This record gives sequence, structure tokens and C-alpha cells, in this order.
Amino acid sequence: MSALLEVTNPEVTNPVEPFLRMERIPHIWCPGCGIGTTVNCFTRALIESKVDLDRVAIVSGIGCSGRVAGYLRLDSFHTTHGRAIPFATGLKLANPSLNVVVYSGDGDLFAIGGNHLIHAARRNLDIKVICINNLIYAMTGGQTAPTTPGEAITTTAPYGCYEPAFNLCALADSAGASYVARWTTYHVRQLTKSMSEVMRKRGFCFIEIISPCPTLYQRRNKMGDGLDTMKYYKQKSKVRHGAPTSELAITKDGEIVVGKFVDRDRPDYLELMRSRLSEQLGDRYVETENLVCS
Amino acid sequence: MQADPRGVLTGVHFIDGDHACCEGALAAGARFAAGYPITPSTEVVERFAARIPTVGGTFIQMEDELAASIAILGAVWGGAKAFTVTSGPGFSLMMEHIGFAAMTETPCVFVNVQRGGPSTGLPTLPAQADMMQARWGSHGDYEIIALSPNSPQECFDLTIKAFNLAEQYRTPVMFMMDECVGHMTEKVVIPRPEDIEIYPRRLTRKPPSEYKPYEPAEDLVPEMAHAGNGYRFHVTGLTHDERGYPAMNAATQDRLVRRLKEKIRAAEDRLTFVDEDGVEDAQVIVVSYGITSRVAERAIEMARQKGVKTGRCRLIGIWPFPEKRIRALAQRARAFVVPEINLGQIAREVERAAGGHARTISVTHAGGGVHRPEDIFEAIMEAAR
Ligand SMILES: Cc1ncc(C[n+]2csc(CCOP(=O)(O)OP(=O)(O)O)c2C)c(N)n1
Ligand code: SF4
Repeated sequence: MSALLEVTNPEVTNPVEPFLRMERIPHIWCPGCGIGTTVNCFTRALIESKVDLDRVAIVSGIGCSGRVAGYLRLDSFHTTHGRAIPFATGLKLANPSLNVVVYSGDGDLFAIGGNHLIHAARRNLDIKVICINNLIYAMTGGQTAPTTPGEAITTTAPYGCYEPAFNLCALADSAGASYVARWTTYHVRQLTKSMSEVMRKRGFCFIEIISPCPTLYQRRNKMGDGLDTMKYYKQKSKVRHGAPTSELAITKDGEIVVGKFVDRDRPDYLELMRSRLSEQLGDRYVETENLVCS
Repeated sequence: MQADPRGVLTGVHFIDGDHACCEGALAAGARFAAGYPITPSTEVVERFAARIPTVGGTFIQMEDELAASIAILGAVWGGAKAFTVTSGPGFSLMMEHIGFAAMTETPCVFVNVQRGGPSTGLPTLPAQADMMQARWGSHGDYEIIALSPNSPQECFDLTIKAFNLAEQYRTPVMFMMDECVGHMTEKVVIPRPEDIEIYPRRLTRKPPSEYKPYEPAEDLVPEMAHAGNGYRFHVTGLTHDERGYPAMNAATQDRLVRRLKEKIRAAEDRLTFVDEDGVEDAQVIVVSYGITSRVAERAIEMARQKGVKTGRCRLIGIWPFPEKRIRALAQRARAFVVPEINLGQIAREVERAAGGHARTISVTHAGGGVHRPEDIFEAIMEAAR
């Protein structure tokens, strides 16, 4: 009752409200879904990191996770399935003063868009990639993802998945990411801190968030609802900062290693481009900040 | 608006169509290109990669054409004028983003230097068989603008036009070259920047609180904002309302999709670009475009020498199809002869527009070369009979 009173009191607003397009609320996500939790963390990270919000652009692909861009009161782009990263590449290179965040799902970023992710990491493009890993294709109704652990049931693996799954952090690390971390939606404080860190870090940054899809993954695999999943994450997760990313594979009911695994400095794409071109072309090189159209 | 002098290589040049296309893009103000190598188009981006660091801008070779075709869209929303360049197989991969650009009204240019298809087909040899793909290749209903040059000079001039039309109508423009025009070297005159007219981006002047990203102006085209300028706008490929927010219902869909089509269809007269000669009293009119129009020129001469009143209607703008113009010509001439390096794609459009008032004779070529003038000549003679 007191919570209700608080909400209806016009004096008290939720601190994340100014970051959301409140006119679009209620959102489409199911009760117990983890995506909203990550958005809450992200808005708090925007506050903590003190970035200029007019200079933050968010790019999503397609999926339940891909809907994040539409709810944030930022310059936001809801692109095509798998192509958030190449869109972000063009956006960043045209206007390097933007802080470009890609926010999307595991299927979007690692199946249809997997090629783009490894190349953006290789280039060390200065974008932040936040990947909501619900271990399934949710938007389309619960099909197998490249992250679905062995034995888990999906609509396209009705007898249990038998394909080996990707280890997302290992992939991002080996492709050259400057920053790699993984949290679950249980770890809201740590996740917020990681998000806040990457907003201030240069280079290709990757955060994987293990997140429940109670409607499809948890239900079909008899893992309970959103709250049960929080308890499960609490029980199964283990913080191991700096753990070798090769040891982060996820199984259906095994340990979930979380933490910050990679935080290194490499020159980013634009630095490399500029130093090479100015070295080769000298005064003839016209270095531009924004590619404002004429 | 005049061209930014930094991009304009004023002077007389001896270059091929691919290089001229690149110079056209630079003169038009393109400062971002993304591409993936593919014959016979690669020279365009190779030249851009060499030129752009001294002009001020960025080229990136992406990991595939899916990436290249959406990187340019990101760059446009970031503030740049941008284009990508490809040929058949790459063009096929770009289709989803042509639709995304049409739906989000992102001004940009897709260059296709056509080669023989389907599939890998004839990588080094010409065709004009992607004309229908340029019009209909992405899913859903939309309208498109496509231009077709027939010389390196036109590769320069019309690339500028392609960028200008993209900005004016906020639409992707297809620049449909062919291998012959792309690799043919001729004199290209590049004017002074002050003699090059540039259509500026339709940026909003409204304050963020009053700005609606998809509120159409009188000509049905909305005003744009760039990321980073405080507008905090949303862009989505989902069906959206004037605020740019998803609104998935039949009424919003109807309003949006009809407007996307209508903003171009309603401008058909302004978007009719033809080069005509001797059509006033012609018995037969040859309708052609690209390299084929130059072969047809010889056939027209031959027919005229034989006393057949032969007209030329060269299509410079292919889409929107100049229906009204063809319909008007059909009232006068007895027949159209339509040679093209495909199995009759545009011939069918001519026939449709002629509406039974004139015969249409399609002169096909499967690709890998150009027509023999004699084949076109014979079709003219048959049509005149
Ligand atoms: C080219 C293309 N193929 C397929 C789809 C259908 N589709 C939409 S979302 C999606 C999967 C999304 O999965 P994920 O990225 O994991 O996001 P989630 O919904 O789980 O958050 C698919 C296959 C599409 N929109 N576009
Ligand atoms: S289907 Fe799953 S991922 Fe999608 S909103 Fe519902 S709970 Fe979240």
C-alpha cells in the first residue's frame, strides 16, 4: 500500500523515468523478464558515468532485447536483425563524438550478426556492446539459439539441444575486445558498475548479461518463474574476475562464472586510421571530426 | 547550394565510368563510403579509399555487403552523405537494407555496376538484368528512384543527381551502371564547384520539443535530424507513427506505406529524365538505356538511312518508370523497340505503359556482351513493316 502511495505521489518519480520514453510505457516485455532489469541498470549507469546524454546513441537489432532502443530517451535506432553493429559502425565513424551503444540479443549478435561482432572487435571499434543472453530466440517463440546449452528444450529442439553452444565472452575476447564482462540479472550493482565503466572506456567493449526468459526458456525447461531464476542465478553464479574466458562455457544447470575478464588498452579503429593516414599523407591528410554533410 | 570545393576535381579528365562515379560522389558531398570488393564495381571504392583522406572523410571495407549496406545508413544518421557500391551478388545481399532505408527514409545511394547473372554469373562481363531487382528486390511495397548512365561523363553527372534526389525525396537511389559503362574510358569534364548544384539535407529547424521525425511536409517528405544534436529521436524499421514510434496496426501501415509510395509517384513528372531525338514524327521509337543506348544509336542511324522515321527515347531515369511519357509517345508511334541486356525487363514496362496503343518489340540479350546493331536494326525494320 505504501508503495502504491509513493507511485501516485507526483512529488516522487522513479530516478530512471527521465531516461525512458514514458509515453511508450507499458512496454512489451513479459512479467519476470530480465530485459527491463538490464535497462534499469543501464539508466543508472548513465547517471553514474555522467556522460552527456545528447551524445549517447543506442542501436538495437531485432528481438525482445532489440526493443530496448525504443524505450530509451536517447537518439535510438532499431535496425535490422543482426545488423546493429555495422549500423553502429557507420554512425560512429560519421560522428566520432557520439558514445555509441549496441544493445541486443544473443541470437541477433552471435547468430545472424556474428560475423559483424567479431570484425568490430578485431577493428577495436569504439562501441559498447551489451548482449542480453536469454539462451533462446525469444521474439520468435523459443527456438534454438547459438547459446542454447546442451539438452535444453526449445521449439526447434523438442528433444533437447545437441549442438555445442558458443561461449560469447571467449569469442569477444579472442576477436580482440578491449573489455569483456559477464553478469546475470541478479547482479544489478555489479552490472551497473560494468556498464558505467564501459561508457567511459575507449574501444570495443562487450558485456554479456545472462537474463531470464520465463515465458519460453524457463517454462519449457521447468526452471520456474522470474523469481525462481533469480534464486537460481544466486546459487549457481560465481564471481571470478580475470578468469580465462575459455573457462566460461555455460551448461544447462552448471555453474555460471561472472565477473570482469578482460580490461586492456589497444588503439581503437579511429586512432589507427588517423595515425596511419597522417604518417603516410602528412599535411595532405584532412582529419575531420564530424562528417557533416554539405 | 553549391558543391563543397574540397570534393571537386575541376578539370578535364580521361577516366572510366567507375572512377567518374567516385568523383561524382565526392563532388556531391559524399564523405562516407562502405563497400565489399566485387568486380566490376570495385574501382569506385578503390578510388574513394585513395581520395577521401585528402578530402576529409572515411572509407571502410566492411566484412560483407550486408554490413556495407547498413553502415552507410548509420553514417547518414550520424550526419554524413554516404553510399555503397556493388554488383549482382552483393546487390542481392543488400536488399533488406534498401527496404530499411526506404522505410526509415534514409537518403543514400546504392551503386550497382551490373554484370551477368543469376548467381556468380559473368563477373567481368556486362548485363542490365538487375533492373527489376532494383525496383522490387526488397520485400513489401515501396517506391524507388533509379538512374542509368551511358557514359563516364554521365557517371559523374548523374551520381551527383542521384545524391540530390536521395536528399530531396529522402529515399535510397539506385545508380544502375553496367560493366561496359563502368570500364569504358572517355573524356570527363568536371565543372567548378560553384557550377555544381547540391540539394542540401532537409534538416529540421524546429526545437526538439516540437520535432516529430516522421511528420510529412507538403511534398510528403519529413524533415530529418542527426544523432547527437539533442533531438533524442527514434528510428525503426517497424511500422511507425509520426513520432517515429512503432504502431503496428493496419491504419498506421496504410498511412505510412501509401505516403512512402506517393511521395515519389506524385513527383513522376519531375522525376522523368529522358533523352529524346526525332520522336515527334517517328514511326518507330527505340527505348533503351545504359550501354545499350549507344549500340542502339547506330541501329537508329541505319534505319533512318533506309527511310524509316526512327526516334530515340533514352531512359536516364528508370524508376519511377516514365509512364506518362511512354503513354504519350505511344499515341504517335506505331511501335517501340526495346533492346536491353536482359530477357525483357523494361520492355514489359514499356508495353504496359503503351497500353495497347503501340506495339512493343523486345530485343533481348542474355548478357556477356552488347547487342549487334544489326539485331536492333532488324527489329526496327520489322516494326516499321
Ligand atoms: C532477417 C531476419 N530473419 C529472421 C527474423 C526473425 N527474428 C526476429 S527476432 C529473432 C531472434 C531474436 O533472438 P535474440 O537476438 O536472441 O533476441 P531475444 O528475442 O531472445 O531477446 C528472429 C530470428 C528477422 N526479423 N529478420
Ligand atoms: S518472451 Fe522472454 S525475452 Fe521476450 S519479453 Fe517475454 S520473457 Fe522477455
